[in-house]
Amino acid sequence: MADENNAHHDEHHDDHHEGNFFTKYIFSLDHKVIAKQFLFTGMFWAIIGGGMSILFRLQLGFPDMNLDWLRPLLGDWITTEGKIDPEFYLALVTMHGTIMVFFVLTAGLSGTFSNFLIPLQIGARDMASGFMNMLSYWFFFLSGVIMFISLFLSTGPASGGWVIYPPLSALPDAMLGSQGGMTLWLVAMVFFIVSSLLGGINYVTTVINLRTKGMSFARLPLTIWAFFLTAVIGLLSFPVLFSAALLLVFDRSFGTSFYLSDIYIAGEALPNTGGSALLFQHLFWFLGHPEVYIVILPSLGITSEIISTNSRKPIFGYRAMVGSLLGITILSFVVWAHHMFVTGMNPFLGSIFMFLTLIIAVPSAVKVFNYLTTLWRGNIVFTPAMLFSIGLVSLFISGGLTGIFLGNSAIDIQLHDTYFVVAHFHIVMGSASFFGMVAGIYHWFPKMFGRMMDDKLGYVHFWLTFVGVYLVFFPMHYIGVAGFPRRYYSFTNFDAFSSFTDLNMFVSAAAIITFGSQFIFVFNFIFSIFKGRKATLNPWRSNTLEWTTPRVPGHGNWPGEIPTVYRWPYDYSKPGAEEDFIPQTVPYSETPESNLPHENELIDQEEVQQEGITVDEASE
Amino acid sequence: MSDTATVVGTSSGNLWKGGRSPFKASYGKLMMWFFLMSDAFTFSALLISYGLIRFRNPAYEGHPDDFTFSQEWWPIPEKVFEAVPFLHGVPLPLVFVGIMTFILILSSVTMVLAVEAGHRNDRKAVEKWMLWTILGGLTFLGCQAWEWSHFIHGTDFGTAAKFLINGEWITKTIHGANLTVNEYGPPPFAALFFFITGFHGTHVASGVLLNFLIFYRTATGYYDRRGHYEMVEKVGLYWHFVDLVWVFVFTFFYLV
Repeated sequence: MADENNAHHDEHHDDHHEGNFFTKYIFSLDHKVIAKQFLFTGMFWAIIGGGMSILFRLQLGFPDMNLDWLRPLLGDWITTEGKIDPEFYLALVTMHGTIMVFFVLTAGLSGTFSNFLIPLQIGARDMASGFMNMLSYWFFFLSGVIMFISLFLSTGPASGGWVIYPPLSALPDAMLGSQGGMTLWLVAMVFFIVSSLLGGINYVTTVINLRTKGMSFARLPLTIWAFFLTAVIGLLSFPVLFSAALLLVFDRSFGTSFYLSDIYIAGEALPNTGGSALLFQHLFWFLGHPEVYIVILPSLGITSEIISTNSRKPIFGYRAMVGSLLGITILSFVVWAHHMFVTGMNPFLGSIFMFLTLIIAVPSAVKVFNYLTTLWRGNIVFTPAMLFSIGLVSLFISGGLTGIFLGNSAIDIQLHDTYFVVAHFHIVMGSASFFGMVAGIYHWFPKMFGRMMDDKLGYVHFWLTFVGVYLVFFPMHYIGVAGFPRRYYSFTNFDAFSSFTDLNMFVSAAAIITFGSQFIFVFNFIFSIFKGRKATLNPWRSNTLEWTTPRVPGHGNWPGEIPTVYRWPYDYSKPGAEEDFIPQTVPYSETPESNLPHENELIDQEEVQQEGITVDEASE
Repeated sequence: MSDTATVVGTSSGNLWKGGRSPFKASYGKLMMWFFLMSDAFTFSALLISYGLIRFRNPAYEGHPDDFTFSQEWWPIPEKVFEAVPFLHGVPLPLVFVGIMTFILILSSVTMVLAVEAGHRNDRKAVEKWMLWTILGGLTFLGCQAWEWSHFIHGTDFGTAAKFLINGEWITKTIHGANLTVNEYGPPPFAALFFFITGFHGTHVASGVLLNFLIFYRTATGYYDRRGHYEMVEKVGLYWHFVDLVWVFVFTFFYLV
């Protein structure tokens, strides 16, 4: 009885009330405001993280350039010869990776769209716990503040790579970045993990408990399936990073030897014995590999929704899409050691991990084929969101193919830690999920701010970004196959790679143009918030529940009753129907002209459902 | 198009059709379950680390009766944990930790009784059983404090160990253990002991705090006014989890 009371979210009907500025915009419990907080913070970090990549691309593409003009920004990190300090170069690479993977594509992506869409698309007033949701954002904010402060330390931020392998990261004497910067990195990540756990627990619980009447799991939009499984992955993998980070903190600060053994610095032996540096790699990649799916799954979900809506066709193979998401989720936990093929592991073990890794190609290919077959002969509407979604499919294919190379433990010996890897993951995970994120912003902007973004600027932004991304990352495959290692400060020190100087210059120029074109988006975004054309209630003629809310939904989302769901979210261009879309809230009894035989049978159950509602309300 | 349609909503039972909790559990209880799943992975990572580091170090190969502490091999746990308060010098392997474990499991039993009393809305019984649970938790923490202190101070005879000081190997006798030196075996043995039992002890300590909060709210009639004692159940889940984790920690550190 007590359970029933708690499970029912209907007990607080549309409790929209205007608070003061602080409760409304800063310490808000409303999932939509929290989503926007994640979005703005994510965009801020995307500009910082992207800007860092431009700085180190300057060094790589134009090694002879005088960078004294950057001195106002970077101070003494520009050497007297006008070059970027090599130590700071490593810090830039490290922070670029950390910021992009965790702050932009994990918190910025999941935080924004899980928060925004889960309650709106499943028909809930808010998240299960608004307070925990708010805490989740503020822990993320705190984590960001600490990471930001670390950029300004005199010894620089962490610089051992975003994977922070010990012993490099464990020994403050090893490099400048392993001093204060590394400490702040670890502290920031602990808060980040807390934030992601608070968020993830909330997302999973909300999807399970707060779906509106009729919203069975088989009627969930694929976005929600993706966010749900992303949260599950996060719940099970982040705690392992938490353990790994705590052990590293002890090694760094309290003299333990969990990861350390037989180390010499400048000819002097360290007292640490008995630990294992490989242990850290296993723990790290047990998070690290699922993490790349935490990054890409929400984008795949967003893309499914946008492609189906704008192809005006049902998503092809809904169950296969859900199944492949599930398959990816499970497989993501059993492939981590493919990051460690060259650590001297038993080749037989390597072949097992290779086998498991290559199996991931199956669900990934299922998804790609389903996108293509959804597009096939659709009445495609080329909105900017749609273009970015199609762009994601393209990137997912071309980046995924190189994954098959890298997943082979034998070929990986040549390609490991070269620019081939950089090209692979920047296309398949970085750019693809970035495209999904941008597509999501274009698509749900009308619901977030009640206004439309400018289409023409959107098209310009898309083409510059799409072409730019390929121009930046495609040449890196060649550099990588030639064997050039990632993270190196300079190409010019090695004769073997001097033939790549022009190519590197080209890559850097393309990167600058691509990064620059993102400001078209930023302008479009900010301008449209204030001056954009006012949105209609359902601008994309979409089926899902969020478009049944008012133009700018208040806290509680729906005035009055929460709508009941009668059908799946992909009834587009159904034969016989008057319109080319039938929202989820339309019962089968109202659409006899388009019902399929088995759907006519469901009409009886709808009446039971209706009666069920009245009974439920009477009992409340 | 009929061949592309997905048949939905016909096969699954009513529970999963939305508008209610499919597990008939409140969101708070679900959240506790998911947190515990997540925390289980935290502990698994630590215990797997223990296993990996243990097997990187050589095991003792002689007869257990001849066992002595040495930096050369991983110690036999029965030889390390054999002290009991007030019985100085009497080897009683695993007796003390056995008592500790028994107390913790007993506190889980009293927790079950508190949850059961909560279902009956029996305030007096909830108060009584929560008090016993808190007492059990505190006793366990006290025992752990004693065990840590004994572990840190070490045995009477100590163990000789070699240290690299100013580039020279110097042999010294060490007593007890801390995060960097260890009388009983290789230094990571002690470091892992402190880290993992400490991490578990932190969980127990926060569990005791939560239990106290529940007790306080019960005693002040908070749950009576709310009409149900579900919070006791949620904290109970956490308490059982902490107990279960101890079983694994106990197995890894003391039994194998």
